[in-house]
Amino acid sequence: MGVNASIERPIPPGPAQDEILRQLGEDLTEKGFVTAQLDKLVNWARTGSMWPMTFGLACCAIEMMHAYMARYDLDRFGVVPRPSPRQSDVIIVAGTLCNKMAVPFRKVYDQMAEPRYVISMGSCANVGGYYHYSYSVVRGCDRIVPVDVYVPGCPPTAEALVYGIMQLQKKIKRTGTLWR
Amino acid sequence: MAVNEDKDRKPAVDELAGIDEISELVSLALPHDVLSTEIKLGELEVRARAGAIVRVLTFLRDEVNCQFKMLIDLCGVDYPERENRFDVVYHLLSLSHNRRIRVKIETDEETPVPSVVAVFPVANWFEREVWDMYGVRFSGHPDLRRILTDYGFEGFPLRKDFPLTGFVEVRYDEDQKRVVYEPVRLTQEFRSFDFLSPWEGIPDEMGRLRRDGSEREQ
Repeated sequence: MGVNASIERPIPPGPAQDEILRQLGEDLTEKGFVTAQLDKLVNWARTGSMWPMTFGLACCAIEMMHAYMARYDLDRFGVVPRPSPRQSDVIIVAGTLCNKMAVPFRKVYDQMAEPRYVISMGSCANVGGYYHYSYSVVRGCDRIVPVDVYVPGCPPTAEALVYGIMQLQKKIKRTGTLWR
Repeated sequence: MAVNEDKDRKPAVDELAGIDEISELVSLALPHDVLSTEIKLGELEVRARAGAIVRVLTFLRDEVNCQFKMLIDLCGVDYPERENRFDVVYHLLSLSHNRRIRVKIETDEETPVPSVVAVFPVANWFEREVWDMYGVRFSGHPDLRRILTDYGFEGFPLRKDFPLTGFVEVRYDEDQKRVVYEPVRLTQEFRSFDFLSPWEGIPDEMGRLRRDGSEREQ
């Protein structure tokens, strides 16, 4: 499945790709095995099933739901919302993070198993946004947890969130570490 | 009701049907408890004595010509310049007569207002919210705790003298491994937007930056 090939430069469909696939098939039938780099294989697998913790806090959650629904269908990326942090790989912070929610948010993050990733969705989660000067809002969820991808917008469209998820996939492939 | 810019506009007949009768009824039945009644923009507003609010609301709920069985909202208003700085406002709806009424009382920081939880159970959380946001005390409330703000929050955020950004902000402390509270420190200075001029932030013909109204008048 192209694991052997360079992941940084995916080979587009065409004669070049066909040649690699043919070679791969030959190796498999003749020798009965193929070799791959373990870290690349692991990270390829990780990008294919990023299960996000359901963490909709405000109106951004509506756009997040749009991204899950039939039109954009995040299932295609192996992105399936989970109700438990124990089963999640990524947490999408969709909405305004209030002071009162900061402690439970950190608790949920701490309960997630490594490797774990954070997508900050929308202006409020990024920097506090509209509520930046408010007495009750955290000025950016990166004050509470380390963030991997920021999705700008108020709210970001469903496409923007899908793009953010693809950026995170790219980041996981590029970083290429087994342990964080 | 739709926004009404013309104060002299006469509301349609059915909008006002019965409102002035109710106004009369209330002031006649409770002459010592009702301070004034007024019809503003086709809506009836009754000012009452704070100590008598339970009696007034009970009357409005049970009187056969009123039947205001729903407490739609209960909220506070802060007028810092007044001696009794707070208004507590009760919005009632009568489904059987299709009428609304607004009852207002005044209080200050110290004087408790009688709780109306016994009259309208929904007032329980409403009064907790008014206590949380304005610090208005309610006597006889079964469980007068804060309801919206953070655990251990200090101050009453909807009072006019409460600073917008509050006093504390939160951050995760990597050493202590927990979320800590610190005095608020703004990295982005507060900006006052002047939407009267579309050229804010752009120097005018004299080379001055238009930041606020006072500079523009020079």
